[in-house]
Amino acid sequence: MHLKLHVWRQANAKTTGKIVSYDAPHVSPDMSFLEMLDVVNDGLVQKGEEPIAFDHDCREGICGACSMVINGIPHGPQRATTACQLHMRSFKDGDEVYIEPWRAVAFPIVKDLIVDRGALDRIVAAGGFISVNTGASPDGNAIPVSKNIAELAMDAAACIGCGACVAACPNASAMLFTAAKAAHLNLLPQGQPEREDRTLRMVAQMDAEGFGNCTNYAECQAACPKEIDIQFIAKLNRDLIRANLKQGNQGTGEVK
Amino acid sequence: MTLNSKVPEGPLEDKWENHKFNMKLVNPANKRKYTIIMVGSGLAGGSAAASLAELGYNVKCFCYQDSPRRAHSIAAQGGINAAKNYQNDGDSVMRLFYDTVKGGDYRSREANVYRLAQVSVNIIDQCVAQGVPFAREYGGVLANRSFGGAQVSRTFYARGQTGQQLLIGAYQALERQIGLGKVQMYTRSEMLDLVVVDGKARGIVTRDMVTGKIESHAADAVVLGTGGYGNVFYLSTNAKGCNVTAIWRAHKRGALFANPCFTQIHPTCIPVAGDHQSKLTLMSESLRNDGRIWVPKKAGDSRAPGDIPEGDRDYYLERKYPSFGNLSPRDISSRAAKEVCDEGRGVGPGGLGVYLDFADAIKRLGESTIRERYGNLFEMYERITGENPYKMPMRIYPAVHYTMGGLWVDYNLMSNLEGLHVIGEANFSDHGANRLGASALMQGLADGYFVLPYTISNYIAETKPQTISTDHPAFKQVEQEVADRTSKLLAVNGTRTVDSFHKELGKIMWDYCGMARNDAGLRKALELIPPLREEFWRDVKVTGVNADLNQELEKAGRVADFLEFAELMCHDALMRTESCGGHFRTESQTDEGEALRDDENYTYVAAWEYTGVGNQPIMHKEELEFEYVHLAQRSYK
Repeated sequence: MHLKLHVWRQANAKTTGKIVSYDAPHVSPDMSFLEMLDVVNDGLVQKGEEPIAFDHDCREGICGACSMVINGIPHGPQRATTACQLHMRSFKDGDEVYIEPWRAVAFPIVKDLIVDRGALDRIVAAGGFISVNTGASPDGNAIPVSKNIAELAMDAAACIGCGACVAACPNASAMLFTAAKAAHLNLLPQGQPEREDRTLRMVAQMDAEGFGNCTNYAECQAACPKEIDIQFIAKLNRDLIRANLKQGNQGTGEVK
Repeated sequence: MTLNSKVPEGPLEDKWENHKFNMKLVNPANKRKYTIIMVGSGLAGGSAAASLAELGYNVKCFCYQDSPRRAHSIAAQGGINAAKNYQNDGDSVMRLFYDTVKGGDYRSREANVYRLAQVSVNIIDQCVAQGVPFAREYGGVLANRSFGGAQVSRTFYARGQTGQQLLIGAYQALERQIGLGKVQMYTRSEMLDLVVVDGKARGIVTRDMVTGKIESHAADAVVLGTGGYGNVFYLSTNAKGCNVTAIWRAHKRGALFANPCFTQIHPTCIPVAGDHQSKLTLMSESLRNDGRIWVPKKAGDSRAPGDIPEGDRDYYLERKYPSFGNLSPRDISSRAAKEVCDEGRGVGPGGLGVYLDFADAIKRLGESTIRERYGNLFEMYERITGENPYKMPMRIYPAVHYTMGGLWVDYNLMSNLEGLHVIGEANFSDHGANRLGASALMQGLADGYFVLPYTISNYIAETKPQTISTDHPAFKQVEQEVADRTSKLLAVNGTRTVDSFHKELGKIMWDYCGMARNDAGLRKALELIPPLREEFWRDVKVTGVNADLNQELEKAGRVADFLEFAELMCHDALMRTESCGGHFRTESQTDEGEALRDDENYTYVAAWEYTGVGNQPIMHKEELEFEYVHLAQRSYK
């Protein structure tokens, strides 16, 4: 099939960008979306033009690197699928395809379709962990975890950190990401000692990064390639209220 | 050069304990005076960076991705082995050790493998404490599954995303140390060379992949956890960015490269769909717990799989290896698939595929159980192929997956270059000539959490802190060399794309240094590679400039290194005339077509010394001694 691509090109964060159109002839339905871009890029390089820059790595839907808005939808039209796993059989001959980067204040553009998602790492660095040094752990079976809780924590932990939730949200909110990261740990018995502190710190960092708030559009859930449920946002809000209420219950740590 | 493996004295069971006691320690107040460079942030690198920072060292960690969480360890699906014996099915440290040495076809170092089996149990404890959501039984205890090459259930898993969950555990620990200021993280930074001063690794030179800036970093020790080099074949299950550059440049600075030809071809990957193919996708080995592998008995049988009656099917693994059946080790299963396809019995386009059939398991357990176990893998298969594996069997074919070879290291995970440590897939040590399923995650985390933090302290204890800075002329010289090389790549301005060279190299390697190798083919490859490399430097087209994010330039640097490294791989494969594990020389097989080792002549590690581009490298031998495992023809019948 033959497609017409309209791609966002931008040299770096300081310049303005624009949509540039390209032909994509001879597209096979068995190609992945990124393989289709590879072929277009190959043609550009042969003409001595700069290829379209985009993030990608594992190309099997797990590393979370690929990040592009395809015809207005982060990762494109197929449910529960990253751009790298989207295949061209989802398109038909003559289709016009618009390809843009994630759009959010907290994700500055680096080049073309590549954005800086360091803000997500900083939310994790603020509290998205269990403080246990290497070696300081009891036997694995000393902490029983009910199967249901383990499965629910795994549902949250399936997040690949791609940022599609932010790109899909009219508020550019990172609530689904933050909620999934917090819930994974807040649900488990191992995560209880730091539950309040973790929630407060992660939410504060999320705000500091310039992400918007959640107003229940639920676009994030629809765009999430791992189908993370917005129930985790409800849980984050509950944990946040709980943490705020319990804030007074802390020892000072002072030696008297 | 004599290679000293520094394996401690004493009985196997006590070596590591004794060694831990005998190693020198660094007092907590002194640790903060030392800086350690960690290149790579996967399971090995991420866990090591976090653990070293927890101990008090200053750590600088580098990765080429935009976040340390994206390292390719994340794609491991099936699980992680540990000798917990939670199933009461006869597992033990000794059995995991034995299975790993046997699975590696007796080409690994006994003491290292025993230590790996010992610390495997600590890894599970550590990961649980970090909140890794392993699969659980209804009673709340950890669940296990079986994997290839073992008759016990010792594999821990988190759905089909075990690598992801373990990496997120290590990444969270790493981010915690970044937040505490103990780790300085450099993302989108690629190591382009190693700086050696007076025979010691003292730092690295990197390129900032956003600005193009070439930068020096000095440290008291350098650790490489930069993964494997499977992308020398162009098509592999590795991520697109995986490369040999860090270890290759270290090799060119004097580090020996061990057993480079030991490559693992994974039996269950989705077959190639066309010329546009950019990478191959693995289907977890865990699928072989319930899936049955078969091809039609008759060559050229073009009936749909459902129309082929039982009597006309050949479940060849179950037939040839009745005790391990569909769970036979990877090298054996891959070769068996190649064999039936070579006989014209392959299925799917081009005849390069075999069926992995779940019909019996669905009948026995119900579709919902199968969905619970493998749902995400089935979905992935359907997304890629457009076929529903609940209704018709999967088509699979072997693909390059893992490289057992890597930089030579001693028992302390230090290379022959003092101060240069190598961990995870980037080193050669634990898997011999074939890695068992679910053992890569185990080794990466063993090295990072429980081995390196001890052994590197022993090295640091004998080193004065920070005696050399980046102002040293050695750094300036390497920086200049890196800058020159980059300019040279951009200056060629030829007619062929980087990818076209990479694909051509990959085809040479797959045809002559792939699943089956022989003298004539390897010599042919050694004839073909140098002119291709020469053409690359004469005719490659790299667009753009250095001072910018330039993905073509990144690829060009990596492919240039693959073009040098490929020759070493072929030299190694040519030298080793025996078959062992993943290295199958057609000249050396049993009457039944199985790999035939030559223990008398090849029970050693081949560690190669660099002598210049295109020159014959020099081989150094580390003889392998087997005191505890009896060398035997591997049998899974």
